[in-house]
Amino acid sequence: MNDQEYEQFRKKLRGAIPPLGQPELGRDLWPAMLARLNKPRMRVAWYDWLLLSAAGLGACFFPGLIPALLYHL
Amino acid sequence: MDLLKRFAAGDLDAFESLFRQYQCKVYCWIVRIVRDPATAEDLTVETLWRAYRAHARFHPDGNFEGWLRRIGTNAALDHLRTARAHVPLPEDFPADSRPDAAEQRESRMAIHSALGSLPPQLRVVVQLGLIEEEPYRTIGEALGISESAVKLRMFRAVRILRKKLHDWDVRR
Repeated sequence: MNDQEYEQFRKKLRGAIPPLGQPELGRDLWPAMLARLNKPRMRVAWYDWLLLSAAGLGACFFPGLIPALLYHL
Repeated sequence: MDLLKRFAAGDLDAFESLFRQYQCKVYCWIVRIVRDPATAEDLTVETLWRAYRAHARFHPDGNFEGWLRRIGTNAALDHLRTARAHVPLPEDFPADSRPDAAEQRESRMAIHSALGSLPPQLRVVVQLGLIEEEPYRTIGEALGISESAVKLRMFRAVRILRKKLHDWDVRR
């Protein structure tokens, strides 16, 4: 593709999808960020960690268990 | 103490000042990638949230705006990967009653559809480079790739788009 074809293609594209330039932000987003900052983080219960560790150890020592573990996921 | 140093140390007040200072710039960058104001607002919050979580990794002497642009581009790419392959049509297209208006609209739809079908990493380059005319260097920095890699992506994207539009022309 030569420069002229490229320029024609660029014009065609810009004609169909006009550039947005420097669009204005309609509102202050800080309240949304504050809500996100104050949202309690998801906590994982201690017994979930225990189960996960047990499954991990089981998979290390008895690799034959891995298909069974995957099946029950 | 410098605002960026305080931010890097995890100071929430410094983050608020930086947030207010940069939210428009981040929004402006993202909306030109996703082309939907509501999604861009959500992604702006997501970007600044990711930046706040990664405050310890930011070097106070670094380019904060460039860093945010890179995080924002990644957030927008994540969105494009999961969203439907679609480029929203602008709402301000004038209602045209000329006989060729329908054909023009069809052609615009074909271009939108072709652009929407591009892989996100190529689509971003076309939208920022070809439509918004951002310098390749800025795009490269935002994507974490070199300027020549941007040129290569642009070349590939234009080739795919031209082929799709040629196929569409032949089918008509």
